[in-house]
Amino acid sequence: MAQEIVEVPITGKIISVEVKGGDAVKEGDTLCILESMKMENPILAPVAGTISDIKVSKGDVVETGGVIAVIEY
Amino acid sequence: MLESFELGFLNLTWGSVVMLVIGGVLLYLGIAKKMEPLLLVPIGFGVVLVNLPLGGLMETIVQGEVYEAYMLGGEPAGVISRIFRYGLAWEIIPVFIFLGLGAMTDFGPLIANPKTLILGAGAQFGVYFAFFAALLIGAALPNVVHIGIEEACSIGIIGGADGPTTIYLTNRLAPHFIGATAVAAYTYMALVPIIQPPVIKLLTSKKEREIYMKPQLRPVSRTEKLLFPIIGAIIIILLVPKSAPLIGMFMFGNLLKESGVTDRLADTAANAFMNILTILLGICVGCFMSADTFLKVDSLIVFGLGVIAFASSTAFGVSLAKFMNLFTKEKINPMIGAAGVSAVPMAARVVQKMGQQANPRNFLLMHAMGPNIAGVIGTATAAGIFLGMVG
Repeated sequence: MAQEIVEVPITGKIISVEVKGGDAVKEGDTLCILESMKMENPILAPVAGTISDIKVSKGDVVETGGVIAVIEY
Repeated sequence: MLESFELGFLNLTWGSVVMLVIGGVLLYLGIAKKMEPLLLVPIGFGVVLVNLPLGGLMETIVQGEVYEAYMLGGEPAGVISRIFRYGLAWEIIPVFIFLGLGAMTDFGPLIANPKTLILGAGAQFGVYFAFFAALLIGAALPNVVHIGIEEACSIGIIGGADGPTTIYLTNRLAPHFIGATAVAAYTYMALVPIIQPPVIKLLTSKKEREIYMKPQLRPVSRTEKLLFPIIGAIIIILLVPKSAPLIGMFMFGNLLKESGVTDRLADTAANAFMNILTILLGICVGCFMSADTFLKVDSLIVFGLGVIAFASSTAFGVSLAKFMNLFTKEKINPMIGAAGVSAVPMAARVVQKMGQQANPRNFLLMHAMGPNIAGVIGTATAAGIFLGMVG
């Protein structure tokens, strides 16, 4: 199975996580909400598949390039 | 006491009732719809206050006679007309708001990708487009509207989507328009998420909107951030001298933020001072909108042309981004051109949202912030050009 690694696009704080490991997601589903530059930015699933790993939890401060989730498809 | 209470009612006119409704609508938009509440609430309440007869907030004395509404040539005698005269008409408030904006602005995305400066400048073509449209309408309907070159400048600048710049320029060139242009600028800024998307969609294919841009911009060093406001101010003011008050204060505010040794000043400029100025600005603009000065065909034209100014700025920004793609190897998503209007960060947020819709991998926020900030510089410079032309 192919893997897609979703990375943090911009430094910020995770204010909610919408999925958990094992969840099936469609392309465009919200994975988590990242607060940055005083805006709430949803991070979306780039592909349809299954969440095999989620690396962030609510309240985490994340840096650009860090891993948010791994999706298998 | 009772007598003056009754007199207030007796002096209500249809005009003032209409203005009370408009004030109510502005309050509703600000409070219930959360559209630019920091400005629309003071403006809306100002409109309500000034249109209650005999309050005397905006009293002016012209040749010994007292007028209820603000008179441009007169001596201010009311509490708000004094603030209006010495704060706004003397250009102190809008200029110092730029100081606060500078202290709130991070030039990082612009420095990391200087190409975006061109996009911020490109969107200003919309300003000139609306300027010529306003001139044409003024020339075609001289009996209906009163738009000369000065008024056309003030209408065009609305397209830059920058409130303080619009107020600054209008006050210089066409002070009787200040209520209409200020309210148009601020309401359209709040309407960015409604006005921009259809224009962007019209000018881009789905494929172009899907263009992926790597999220990581190069890191920007402290030295670069420190030198930018100093060198930026020197270059821009040498090129367009009349932009000195706005650009000078903007860059000064930014230097306070980036110098690393004036945090206290930067903090005051960006927060407490900015809030004080916003209160004064809002209430002054609101109080300027009495029935006599606002309920005119000219105001309607300002609102109509304001939308055109805004939409054409968006269109020029997007078109320029597409044009740049013809020459560059690494394609940019043309939507970031739309952020060249200076509504920070609303325009960048629109681009971010539309980019994600088109392609869930996209995260254009930082890319759009570059043109967005460049747009602030661009609009202030455009105002300087207008002032150099006709001021």
